[in-house]
Amino acid sequence: MLSKSQAKLFFLAGTIIFSLLFFGLSYDTVANRVGEQTHEENLTESAIRGRIIWDENNCMGCHTLLGEGAYYAPELTKVIERRGGPYIKGVLMSKTPWGEHTSGRKMVAYGLTSEEADDVVAFLTWIGEMDLNGFPAKPTYKVEKIK
Amino acid sequence: MGSQQNQPIKSKKSNKNINYKTFIMKYKSQKIAYWFFLSALLLFALQLVFGFTMGFAHMGYDGLHEISPFNAMRATHTNLLVVWLLLGFMGAAYYIIPEESQNELYSPKLAIIQLLSFLLVGVVAIVGFHMNWWEGRKFLEIPRPLDFLVVVNVLAFLFNVLMTLFKGKRQTTTSLVLMMGLFFAALLYLPGMLWFDSQTLDSFYRWYVVHLWVEGVWELIMGGILAFLLIKITGVDREVIEKWLYVIVGLTFLSGILGTGHHYYYIGTPSYWLWIGGIFSALEPLAFLAMALFAIKMYRKGEKKHPNKTALQWTIGTAIVSFVGAGLLGAAHTLPNINLYTHGTLVTAMHGHMAFWGAYGMLVLAIIAYAMPNLTGRKLYDTGMTRAAFWLSNIGMIGMTVAFGAAGVAQVYMERIMGVDFMETQIEIQPHFLVLILCATVFSLGIILYIINFFKYGKPTDEAIITA
Repeated sequence: MLSKSQAKLFFLAGTIIFSLLFFGLSYDTVANRVGEQTHEENLTESAIRGRIIWDENNCMGCHTLLGEGAYYAPELTKVIERRGGPYIKGVLMSKTPWGEHTSGRKMVAYGLTSEEADDVVAFLTWIGEMDLNGFPAKPTYKVEKIK
Repeated sequence: MGSQQNQPIKSKKSNKNINYKTFIMKYKSQKIAYWFFLSALLLFALQLVFGFTMGFAHMGYDGLHEISPFNAMRATHTNLLVVWLLLGFMGAAYYIIPEESQNELYSPKLAIIQLLSFLLVGVVAIVGFHMNWWEGRKFLEIPRPLDFLVVVNVLAFLFNVLMTLFKGKRQTTTSLVLMMGLFFAALLYLPGMLWFDSQTLDSFYRWYVVHLWVEGVWELIMGGILAFLLIKITGVDREVIEKWLYVIVGLTFLSGILGTGHHYYYIGTPSYWLWIGGIFSALEPLAFLAMALFAIKMYRKGEKKHPNKTALQWTIGTAIVSFVGAGLLGAAHTLPNINLYTHGTLVTAMHGHMAFWGAYGMLVLAIIAYAMPNLTGRKLYDTGMTRAAFWLSNIGMIGMTVAFGAAGVAQVYMERIMGVDFMETQIEIQPHFLVLILCATVFSLGIILYIINFFKYGKPTDEAIITA
């Protein structure tokens, strides 16, 4: 039967081995892979400013991006492809809560300036072009609304 | 299972001489724990309020938008959770470490300062969220200046308990595992404070904090508290319990560290995380399964004489519900080819609610249920109210989990497979949120009863050391 010191050895050895593996893989990911996979060369000054706006307003508190965030408002990874830049810009510059008259769910009326909205669109455009290992999956069907 | 009753187990012998008078409070400074428990429960109650307003918003009744937009409610809901659980852990440490190390707390005054400043940070953060002052990073929303205050605060806490431990008469495995969990939880907060221009790298290191907390070092804290409770309640020999504690936390890290990979499937990180994350996160339920089997086995092995049945109920409960919520429901959507469809949907909320409740919420309620009679000398356990609190909250949470699950699965099929628009899907699944709110009401009733019972105990007293 397993003794306490063997159990302790199992814990310590397992922890050390798997921590080292994890740090090794993390290093490879950060140093060698992410730049290429996310096209970091396209991360412009404007896109970085957009990311700061994204961050400062906690957009992730309602939306998901790269599938991460809250589940209250649409997934935005491919939103530029889906809606186009001008539509997004309109939403961001709106002076009244978006969605008020359609779903009942309201988006804060940020009323961004045209430049700020362009920055967020640049950020979302950069996000949309990443290689995400197949996410989001293309829907299998396409249904139409009858009524 | 019955056969082991006949085996000559080491613990069997020592069981016979168990003196249940030993489960009273032993050190005056353990009373500090009360104030942490009180704060934790009040913040928990506030967390529930925000849960309800979010539920209504999901049904289209976003009436509080002007005061508390959804992102503020959400940040408040999750941050209150983190804060009340951390306060619960700290209270648990302030209760357990003096008793385990057989020494008064190094500085009760520092503990009180630390509690008050932690609460102040919490209040400023919540007010800040409502004034659009935050970082848009899931679970780590509190603004940067407050992050530094949290670090100072946690260092003060660690200093206090570590000094208690080192100056104490003994360093038990239980206390060392608990301390190791708390120490690494503090250390792992730091990667979350780095700034990256890339959203992918920001997320990558954010999971160092969030995942390695809840599916890593917090499980050490859980294991430590659980071991302490089982030693006290079942009376089984410490050596046996602590041996299995090592096995459990060993399994946790064996699976949980590389299991972080399940957050790296689809955020712009390399595809080797798909299989690494898939394999190791599929193993993650093992640690929780071990925890559940361990708790049940120790209960069976021990003499069932301990009068605090409520503490026992929550202790066994946390071990079982964490296996279901964190283990099974996590495994249900952790494989990459399933997660491709469920990633970023309400399926995650289904898993998240029961996992946090089972593994950490119930754990804090278990240690509070155990500590309160000892701190106050009043024996209000095993009443109708404590039983109702346990069953209502758990039945309510099961209902909530089913509601989230139904909504999440419907969302996956409509939006991700049939290609229906996000918001149209959300309108179709609104009825599930009515069910959610009804079940959340049952859950909240249980919690309210728990809190009423907590207040009935009154304040801790030094007399508890003598009278009990």
